[in-house]
Amino acid sequence: MIEDQLSLIDYQLYIMKDNSLSNILNQHESNEQIDGQLYTLNLGPTHPATHGIFQNVLTMDGERILHAEQTVGYIHRAFEKISERRNYSQITTLTDRMNYCSAPINNLGWHMTVEKLLGIKVPKRVDYMRVILMELARIGDHLICNGVTGMDAGAITGLTYMFIERERIYDMYEQICGARMTTNMGRIGGFERDFTPKFHELLKDFLKTFPARFKEFGQLLERNRIFMDRTIGAGAISAERALSYGFTGPNLRATGVDYDVRVAEPYSSYEDFDFIIPVGTSGDTYDRFMVRQQEIWESLKIIEQAYNNLPEGPFHADVPDFYLPEKADVYTKMEALIYHFKIVMGETDVPKGEVYHAVEGGNGELGFYLVSDGGRTPYRLHFRRPCFIYYQAYPEMITGAVISDAIVTMCSMNIIAGELDA
Amino acid sequence: MSDQKPIIRTDAPAPEGFEGEGFFATKLSSVIGMARKFSLWPLPFATSCCGIEFMATLNPTYDASRFGMERNSFSPRQADMLMVCGTISKKLGPVLKEVYTQMAEPKWVVAVGACASSGGIFDSYSVLQGIDKIIPVDVYVPGCPPRPEQIIEGVMQVQALAESESIRRRDSAEYQHLLDSYNISNEEK
Amino acid sequence: MTNEFVLEAITREFPESVISSSEPYGMLTLEIKKTEIKKIIHYLKDSSLEINFLTDICGIHYPEFPEKEIGVIYHLQNMVTNFRLRLKIFMSRENIEVDSLTELYAGANWMERETFDFYGIKFKGHPDLRPILNMEDLGYHPMLKEYRLEDGTRTDKDDAMFGR
Repeated sequence: MIEDQLSLIDYQLYIMKDNSLSNILNQHESNEQIDGQLYTLNLGPTHPATHGIFQNVLTMDGERILHAEQTVGYIHRAFEKISERRNYSQITTLTDRMNYCSAPINNLGWHMTVEKLLGIKVPKRVDYMRVILMELARIGDHLICNGVTGMDAGAITGLTYMFIERERIYDMYEQICGARMTTNMGRIGGFERDFTPKFHELLKDFLKTFPARFKEFGQLLERNRIFMDRTIGAGAISAERALSYGFTGPNLRATGVDYDVRVAEPYSSYEDFDFIIPVGTSGDTYDRFMVRQQEIWESLKIIEQAYNNLPEGPFHADVPDFYLPEKADVYTKMEALIYHFKIVMGETDVPKGEVYHAVEGGNGELGFYLVSDGGRTPYRLHFRRPCFIYYQAYPEMITGAVISDAIVTMCSMNIIAGELDA
Repeated sequence: MSDQKPIIRTDAPAPEGFEGEGFFATKLSSVIGMARKFSLWPLPFATSCCGIEFMATLNPTYDASRFGMERNSFSPRQADMLMVCGTISKKLGPVLKEVYTQMAEPKWVVAVGACASSGGIFDSYSVLQGIDKIIPVDVYVPGCPPRPEQIIEGVMQVQALAESESIRRRDSAEYQHLLDSYNISNEEK
Repeated sequence: MTNEFVLEAITREFPESVISSSEPYGMLTLEIKKTEIKKIIHYLKDSSLEINFLTDICGIHYPEFPEKEIGVIYHLQNMVTNFRLRLKIFMSRENIEVDSLTELYAGANWMERETFDFYGIKFKGHPDLRPILNMEDLGYHPMLKEYRLEDGTRTDKDDAMFGR
């Protein structure tokens, strides 16, 4: 009994003192009352619970984690270097593969960045269409994250049911752009085609039937005693530390800070819609789960408002310099042929300058910093990836916790390996 | 299209044999082939976007467990089929080779997606241009990402291979030569 | 909180540090002397301007300007008033080092490691400066403009048709 109490006090000392491994080992060796050796556990890089490729070497005392040493970069694909050799339309396919669970948000955010650089103003209908697709993508992303949090706490049923809903979202993406997951959606200046009649049917059906099924999923986990015991208090972080680390998105909102790029700097007509920003209090896993649950409800509200008020009009901006003309025109009209040739060969004039544009991705503020020197490819393109920035805080969040808390924390942070390494 | 592509029969025919009242006699290799074919346990080595499509294959709409892949084994010792879904970077190459070496014979490797087959769209300094540079691959499933139906076809081709493979293949000199060309030794690990 | 207000506040506090200022696409962009960057960011964080969120750090390489070849670009913001600011510093390849911001912002740790990994910029005072995304034995800093993108072991691309 005494040993247990002493161990508990020492663990608290570990958390309060400097976290570097050498300090921990020094403290440990000088204290004879804690018997037993430190244990090194290698979590990853290929581990079923990590949903991605990153490695954590944990130094543990029994089941308590004292220190975590992280290694990332196992899926570094050199996006930033590749994007210096691809023209502006080709980079859309790269942005898909960053946060692949919500690819449309990345694509449309990139198009908005290029439109800001070129000074293109898109019609209102395009804005509303973009909002509908981005919110569908956000729903898809949060469904995976929450389903997987449930799965790693032991409840696999939620994930299997929510994947069926993701299939319905994929069907809707297919109507727009032809692909399920890595969508390459939209064009600079708008979309390649208007919403097809089938898309309207699928969306109406989704809006009618998804809420009931999602409510079932909520009833499975939200007030579930076992789930709450597993997740409340696990991986907590305070708002000051979160802001110092650069957290954004649901992870930051779970700590109580209500920052959302859609409200702070509205893009794509988000100021027309009425929605709340859900916040948590303690920044632990349960708060992150509940913030994402509520955000799905808010996204549904936004989609309904956007769909009911969808304005008529063209589905792309009138920029013949950057938006490919109709193929029928290319075969018959001279100007269309010339524009087609110039766009595909990349000989249109792009202004020099630098622009930074941020959108609210599934994980937080996804920023694109684009430096153009007038050529057909960017001079420098840097992605501000939220996963990379908040994953640094993971060791601080799990020090002193047991390994099962560490697993649940990692899943609820929604770390997507593609976005982490880019 | 090579003529070595295994033929997929979807009507589950019985193997050739001699039948009578209450018994069915056939070759041992056919029975073992059938048993292996319907109980392949995959090791999902899912790194990126193809991993999400693989998760979609496992889930109810495209249910992979009807092919015997009910238990995804994350331990290489208990897995039959290594499904590499996603980009493999050079940093991860040794890890993949280690996982492959730890699997017990017979084992099959499926390269799911363009990145695993040949590096995909990432022709860069840090991406391994195809996993067949470090481990032998049995089935390539192209696509970026491949639809779940294509992944299932890849699995069915592995099933056709497992059914028709000779049970002496893993001890043959030709197989040993293949492993040697990748510097993989078959000693006890 | 407008661009002019912030520019005036910074130039009042640090008169010789601001080399130039501009507003591309509406975002205030200042070029700062390399040695003053940490003081300025500390001032921005603690003063009433409350620009206390570090959005991002990245590097850039301009091989055609030998004195200002390598740059580090900081994006900062004030979340309450939604004000964004961009600070740039430039240095030559020979003295490629700058102060680290890890004491001010915990998030600068990995951002600076990534910038070091890609461009070779050394951050003085960083607790653990080593490559983060690339392999440790890569041996060079890949984002510099003189290094090529591709690998060379790709067998299915015909250079005659798809020139690299």
